[in-house]
Amino acid sequence: MDTFLQQIFNGLTLGSIYALVALGYTMVYGIMGLVNFAHGEVVMIGALTALAVIKPLAAAGLPGPLAVLGGIAVAIPVAMLLGFCIERIAYRPLRNAPRLAPLITAIGVSIVLQQLAMIIWGRNYHSFPPLMPATVREFGGAQITDLQIIIVIVAGAMMVGLLLLVNVTRLGRAMRATAENPQIAGLMGVDANRIISLTFVIGSALAAVAGVMVAANYGIAHYNMGFILGLKAFTAAVLGGIGNLAGAMLGGILLGIIESLGAGYIGDLTGGFMGSDYQDVFAFFVLIVVLIFRPSGLMGEKVSERA
Amino acid sequence: MNVLLEAVGINKSFGGVQALRDVSLTIRQGEIYGLIGPNGAGKTTFFNVLTGLYAADGGGFSFDGQPLDIAAPHLVAAAGIARTFQNIRLFANMTALENVMVGRHLKSRAGVIGAVLKNAGTRSEEAAIERRAVELLHYVGIADHANALARHLSYGDQRRLEIARALAMEPKLLALDEPAAGMNATETGALRLLIEGLKNDGLTVLLIEHDVKLVMGLCDRVVVLDYGEKIAEDVPEKVRRDPKVIEAYLGGAVA
Amino acid sequence: MNTHAKPWQGIVLIALVLAALPFAVGLGMGNAWVRVLDFALLYIMLALGLNIVVGFAGLLDLGYIAFYAIGAYLYALLASPHFGLHWPTWAILPLGALVSGLFGILLGAPTLRLRGDYLAIVTLGFGEIVRIFLNNLNSPVNITNGPQGIARIDPISIAGVPLSKPLEFLGLALPGVYLYYYLFVLLALVIIFISLRLEDSRIGRAWVAIREDEVAAKTCGINVRNVKLLAFAMGASFGGVAGGLFAGFQEFVSPESFSLMESVMVLCMVVLGGMGHIPGVILGGLLLAVLPEVLRHGAAPVQKLLFGKVLIDPESLRMLLFGLTLILVMLYRPAGLWPSATRKRELSA
Repeated sequence: MDTFLQQIFNGLTLGSIYALVALGYTMVYGIMGLVNFAHGEVVMIGALTALAVIKPLAAAGLPGPLAVLGGIAVAIPVAMLLGFCIERIAYRPLRNAPRLAPLITAIGVSIVLQQLAMIIWGRNYHSFPPLMPATVREFGGAQITDLQIIIVIVAGAMMVGLLLLVNVTRLGRAMRATAENPQIAGLMGVDANRIISLTFVIGSALAAVAGVMVAANYGIAHYNMGFILGLKAFTAAVLGGIGNLAGAMLGGILLGIIESLGAGYIGDLTGGFMGSDYQDVFAFFVLIVVLIFRPSGLMGEKVSERA
Repeated sequence: MNVLLEAVGINKSFGGVQALRDVSLTIRQGEIYGLIGPNGAGKTTFFNVLTGLYAADGGGFSFDGQPLDIAAPHLVAAAGIARTFQNIRLFANMTALENVMVGRHLKSRAGVIGAVLKNAGTRSEEAAIERRAVELLHYVGIADHANALARHLSYGDQRRLEIARALAMEPKLLALDEPAAGMNATETGALRLLIEGLKNDGLTVLLIEHDVKLVMGLCDRVVVLDYGEKIAEDVPEKVRRDPKVIEAYLGGAVA
Repeated sequence: MNTHAKPWQGIVLIALVLAALPFAVGLGMGNAWVRVLDFALLYIMLALGLNIVVGFAGLLDLGYIAFYAIGAYLYALLASPHFGLHWPTWAILPLGALVSGLFGILLGAPTLRLRGDYLAIVTLGFGEIVRIFLNNLNSPVNITNGPQGIARIDPISIAGVPLSKPLEFLGLALPGVYLYYYLFVLLALVIIFISLRLEDSRIGRAWVAIREDEVAAKTCGINVRNVKLLAFAMGASFGGVAGGLFAGFQEFVSPESFSLMESVMVLCMVVLGGMGHIPGVILGGLLLAVLPEVLRHGAAPVQKLLFGKVLIDPESLRMLLFGLTLILVMLYRPAGLWPSATRKRELSA
């Protein structure tokens, strides 16, 4: 059973990261009905910015965790600003345009951000210095590092924070109202533009933290890390039911676990025909099966055919 | 007169709310049959069940002497029932003419090969589709706007276009969901003439309508739904004096 | 008679331009640019195929490149030393259309109930699944030769004459890229013709009706399931043909030619050109195929001219400008560069 538990631990770590990024997709989708394809690049910029701060801090003799905190403290505002600009430049002017127009600008933004990152940070992989405590703990035959535990706890805390923000505060109420019906929310005195900007900003902050987690977890960061990660997170958001916050969390964690289990077991399941290279196939396959039976995702509202 | 449509014990509920409860009714060949009732009485739900958009929880229809397959909307359409929608559903970015031409889908057959080769058969079929579509635009009185996008038509013209599209299907039963909604008195008058004309051409019409005057003046028979249940079905003169109906409408509206 | 002659004059003119184009490009800028034209024609075929699915039927497909891949690998497997098979081109291309079309139905069937963005992610997943299989089906049985791809594919040949070798013609040696150009132009014209005919037909109207209002389309008697599957199959079959041509032209295929970015690229061609409008889609395909090449060749010299040295890696700069182009075009022309006349009226109104 140790493999099983091990894959669950790994999946939970990966899944918490997916969930944080998926929240960014799902928040924007919930409010604007738009898939922000550039969101993965915000994760990447967050990770590389943090790394650019962490390295000199660590070199100056600051203790590892403090250096990482310093990196995150810089990465978050940078990502927030980026999210704000993306919405202003690429989406706001197209609010009433044909549905696919913002999709193309999103792809354009994605390409531009990747290339800018490559110009700034180069093509190479940047290694994330081993600053975080890597103590290995044993649980029932499986190993888990302190870093993994920290990732899960921090991600969990941020998700709880977001849920509180959305469900308890005035701002959250305005967000929910705007998601429900922007016109009516506007009549009630909610400034929809401000809410939309805020949604991008909050999602980007989560993305920056997720970016640092990915870099710390895998020990590397590079200019095109955002693309695949964004793709996975978007898949997670859809799996859970896009537009639904709890769904994004559930979808993220499920996807992480499915992938890890897939990587661990797909060989046995297929009699050695498929190796762990097929873990993405496995993830997409699960997604497709879920959507066949629940076309709006696991927690998405059921859309009856409206006549 | 022959029975065209018979509904037997139709039930439909949404998450515990019974929208239709054991609704049975019969529509006879060639009549204008009104379906009325207060808001939320289940009129549109009945339409949606009949036209295959909602699955019924129980009950069934027979149409033109056959059991009606309501498993999918296109099957209902193929059986000969065409409908319009309360909130007008046109193909907004197609021209008025194209909208009506889509209505000829079931009455034409060209597939991919026919479309690509454009052989004599396809050409004459296309010509016939277009000819019929133009005729119908004339019939409902919006031929001048044949090449305008549907979304650019005035509200009343959109209603007419939707009827023309439904007529293009050559239905045995035309189901109109509040065709006079949002129309002014002149437009309603013209609509009334249009529907009477359809009846004179032998078409059977099922009509949901809020405008009670229009219903009472136009319909041969009327059914009244209230909270998903049938409370009356008869000729207008009797229905309007039915105490249950008067109560459902809180006394005033029907008189 | 004069009025009847006019459309023919136009056709003759277009034919002359198309026939002369590779010479103008080749002699003026070198044969590498004729090769760029060849690729542009393949992209135009792809864009027209995707246009049926996205532009006409309104089904957002982010995995379209999978059908290109299927067509390409089918050609590679049936005409290369990999399996020792050497089928003739004219047997493989229709088979490629057919097999890709079947895969189109296979993809379409489970996704019929899904709405826009859900459909997008499932098609994206399908595209990735196909690519991952191509990448990994080299063991336990070597079918696709994995990431190395399949090399030494037979060139496309017509009546026993391979297009890869120069052809003596009127005392002129026509290089392979010219021969491929003429073949691709011909097939692109066939695909354009089919697209135009489909657009103006009962099936084309049914597709657009579904795009505009699925519920209303159903109540008009359209069997939405079949008509959607038909759109997937038709679009996929265009992709399959283009893929076969690609394999024979390159004489090499590998999974990395079929990444998600390629699907995105083809979608950009469709949307940027003018979704659902065939001339616009052709323009989009041509522009987005040629623009990166222009930027590739222009990025370094222009920098030298302006700053005296190369400041930014030309490859980066090229993609940067490409991304900016996508953003700017959409911001200033949200309906595409060349939308259909009705669309234009609506936007100016």
